[in-house]
Amino acid sequence: MAKRRKLFETIIQFLIRACGYSTVLFVAAIFIFLLQAGLPALFEASPASLLGLRWYPIESLYGLLPLLFGSLVVTIGAAVFSIPLGVATALFIAEVAPRWMREVLKPFVEILAGLPSVVLGFLGFLVLAPLIRTTLNLPTGLTALTGSILLAAMALPTIVSVAEDALDAVPKSYRDGALALGATKWQTIWRVTLPAARSGVLTAVMLGIGRAIGETMAVMMVTGNAPQIRWDGLFFPARTMTATIAAEMGEVAGGSAHYHMLFLVAILLFLISFLVNIIASSMLFRAKKRAERMLS
Amino acid sequence: MVDAATNPKFLVESLSVHYPDGTESLHNISLQIPRNAITVLFGPAGGGKSTLLRTFNRLNDMVEGTRYSGKVLLDGEDILTPSLDLVALRRRVGMVFAQPVPLPMSVRENMTYGLELAGERRRRNLDRAIEEGLQAAALWDEMKDRLNEPAHAMSGGQQQRLCLARVLAQQPEVILMDEPTSGLDPISTAKVEDSLQSIKKKYTIIIVPHSVQQAARLADWAGFLYQGDLIEWGEGKNLFIAPKVKRTEDYVTGRFG
Amino acid sequence: MRIPRSVVQKIAFSALTAIMAVTILTILTIITFIFWNGLPAVSSEFLFSMPREGMTAGGIWPAIVGTLYLTLGTAVIAVPIGLLAAIYLSEYAPDSTFTRTIRIAIINLAGIPSVVYGLFGLALFVLFLQLGSSILASCLTLAIMTLPVIISTAEEALRAVPQSFRVVSISMGGTRWQTIQRIVLPQALPGILTGVILGLERAAGETAPILFTGASFFLPQLPQSIFDETMALPYHLFVISTQVPGMPVRIQYGTALVLLVFVLVMNLSATLIRSYFRRKRQW
Repeated sequence: MAKRRKLFETIIQFLIRACGYSTVLFVAAIFIFLLQAGLPALFEASPASLLGLRWYPIESLYGLLPLLFGSLVVTIGAAVFSIPLGVATALFIAEVAPRWMREVLKPFVEILAGLPSVVLGFLGFLVLAPLIRTTLNLPTGLTALTGSILLAAMALPTIVSVAEDALDAVPKSYRDGALALGATKWQTIWRVTLPAARSGVLTAVMLGIGRAIGETMAVMMVTGNAPQIRWDGLFFPARTMTATIAAEMGEVAGGSAHYHMLFLVAILLFLISFLVNIIASSMLFRAKKRAERMLS
Repeated sequence: MVDAATNPKFLVESLSVHYPDGTESLHNISLQIPRNAITVLFGPAGGGKSTLLRTFNRLNDMVEGTRYSGKVLLDGEDILTPSLDLVALRRRVGMVFAQPVPLPMSVRENMTYGLELAGERRRRNLDRAIEEGLQAAALWDEMKDRLNEPAHAMSGGQQQRLCLARVLAQQPEVILMDEPTSGLDPISTAKVEDSLQSIKKKYTIIIVPHSVQQAARLADWAGFLYQGDLIEWGEGKNLFIAPKVKRTEDYVTGRFG
Repeated sequence: MRIPRSVVQKIAFSALTAIMAVTILTILTIITFIFWNGLPAVSSEFLFSMPREGMTAGGIWPAIVGTLYLTLGTAVIAVPIGLLAAIYLSEYAPDSTFTRTIRIAIINLAGIPSVVYGLFGLALFVLFLQLGSSILASCLTLAIMTLPVIISTAEEALRAVPQSFRVVSISMGGTRWQTIQRIVLPQALPGILTGVILGLERAAGETAPILFTGASFFLPQLPQSIFDETMALPYHLFVISTQVPGMPVRIQYGTALVLLVFVLVMNLSATLIRSYFRRKRQW
C-alpha cells in the first residue's frame, strides 16, 4: 500500500515537473524552428536589399522597411486611441463607479477581448472603412487609420483590465491620507492614486501595444495591404508584418527565398513581442517589490 | 514521575534547527517529553517554541532548506533521519493550530479526512472514529445531528474543538498544539482545556499556550524557551511557583514578555 | 484665474463617465449590430446544412463542426499540460533562476503573435513532424498558444487557496499530491475552469494559427479523422467576407453572428462561474 502510494506519487510528480519545464521547451522550439526556416533568408538577400524601401516578392525585392513602417503606423495609431480611452475607463471603474457597477463593467469590457479579430475585421471592412472613406474624403477606406481603430478596440480591454487591477491594488491608506489632508476626490485620484499605480498602468499600456503589434486578421482585412512609406501614411493603405505573413504564406513554395523571408519577418515579430512583454512584466515585478517593501 | 525520566515519549538531545534565511532557530536543546501528560512550552515570541513543536512532526520541513542537527527520539526511534517516512510520523503525531482551520468540507469529511488519506474506507470504522473523536473533544452532543453541514458554518470554538476531534479520530500517540485557544473566547477556551485534561491519560500532549496563566493551568511539565535556548525545564507546579532561573521568574511574574 | 477645485472635479468626473459610456456603447453597438443583421440569416438550414453554389447559398454546418472539433482538440491537449504546469509553479517550483526562466517563457508565449504561432505550427507539426495540414496540427498549434492563458489563471486560482489548508492536510499525514488532489484542486476548480474557458474562447476565435496548419477554404464533406483538414467559423468568415466575390451580405452576417454567439456563450459562462463560486466560497 505504502509502496504503491509512493510509486504513484513519484510518477505524478514527474509529470507535473515535466509539464512545468515544457513551457521553456515550447519557447525554445518556436525560436529554433523560426530560426531554422528564417535564417537562410539572410544569405539569399543582401543586407542592403533587406533595408530597401520596396517589398515586392515577385521581383525578389524584400525590403523590410515598408512592413516595419506599416506595423509602426498602425500600432502608434492604435496607441493614441486606446491609451487615453483605456486609462480613463480603468479610472472610472476603479475610482468612480460604485462596487456593484464594477462587478458588471469589468466583465463587460472583457467581452471585447473575447471578440474574434475576424469579426472586428469583418465589421471594419463592411462598415468602418466606407464610413472613413466618405467622412475623410479618401480614395479608399482601407487605410492604416481603419486598422488603428480596430486595433485600439482590441488593445482596450487589456489596458482597462490590467490598469484597473493596478489602481485597485493601491493601498486604501494612500487615498485616506490624501482625503484627510483636504484634497478633493479628483485631486486624490490624479495626484496620489494614479502616480502610485504608475508602473502597473505602464504595464497595461505595454501589454495593450504588444497585442496590437501582433494582431493579424483584422489588420489584414482593413488596411489595404499596400507596402508603402509616406509621411501621411495613416490615411493610406499600409501593410503590416503580420498581414504580410498571413496573406503571402498560403501562396509560397516551401523552401523558396520568399518562404524563408516570411519566417524572417516572423523572427522579427517574435523578438519585438518578446521585448515588449519582458519590459511590461519587469515593470510589474518592480512594482510588486516596492509594495512588499512598504508593507514590511 | 519516575516513569517520565526513564521512558519518555520524546527524547531530545542537543537539537539545533536552522531555517534557510537564518530567522528563528533552536540552539542545542535537550529535554524529555513524558508520556501521558501535558507538556507546556512557553516563552516570549520568537523564542523557538513553535519551531520545537513543529520538529516533533517535522512540519518545519515545509520550509525548504530547514536543517536539523542533534537527535529527537520518538519511542527510541530517531525521527530526524532523512529516510524517515514522514507520512507515518505525522499519523502518530497530530497537530492543532492557532487558528481553527476547518477544511472546506462537511464536519463528517473533516473527521474522516486523516483516515481516508491512510486508505481507510470501511464505513463502520469511519463512523466509529467520528463518534469517538467528537466524544473525546466533547463535541458529540452538539455535532451528531450536524455532521453533514459545512464545517466553516460552526462557531469559532466549535471549529477549534472540531480540529482537535479531527486529530483524535486518527488515534495519534502525540498531540501538538500551537496556541490552540488564541482565537477563542474564555468559555470556549475552558472547554478546550477541559478536553485536554480528560484525554491526557491516553495521549502525550505538547502545547504552546497563549498566556502564562494558561501555561500554569495546564502544565504537568514545562519548558521555558528564550531566544532559541531552553532556559529552564521542570515539573509544572515547581516551575511556576518557584522558578530557579531569574529570567524565568521575571517572565512568569510578568516583568518582561 | 484659478478654476475652483470642485469645478475641476466635476469636469473630470464627467469626462471619465462620458468615456466609459463611449466604451460601453461601442461594445453594445457591435453586438447588437451583428445580431440585428445576422439573425434574419439564421435558420436551421443555415446552421445544419452544407454550403452550396460556391458557398453563396446553403449553410455553415461544416464550419461549426470544425470549430467544435478544433476547440475540443485544443482542450484535450492544452488542459492537462496547462493544469499540471500551473500545479508545478504553484505547489512545487522552488524560488530559483530556473523557475524564473519558466515564468519568462510563459510571459513570452503569451505575447507571441498568433500568426507567428501559425508559422511555427507549419514548420514543426505540418512539415517537420509530417502531420500535414490537419486538425491535429491545428489543435497542437492552438494548444501551445492557449497554454499561457490556462497556466497563469490556473496558477492564480491555486495560489488563492489558503496555505493553512495545505499545512493542515500535510500535518494529518497527507502527501503533497493527496493534498493537491483532495483540497487544493477542488477549491481552485472554479478559477481553473474560468481560465480554461477564456483560453479556449481565444482558440475558438483565432484564424491566423490555423491558416496554414489545417483550415480549409471549402470541403464538400465533414472531416473524417484528425488527419483531415477542416473548415472553421473564423476562417470561413474571413473567406466569405474578403475572398469570395458576390457573396450575399446576409450569409456573412449570419456567420459572424454564429461565431459571436459561440464566444459570447463561453465568455458568459466563465463570468458566471467566477462570480457564482466567489460568493459560495468558504474562505
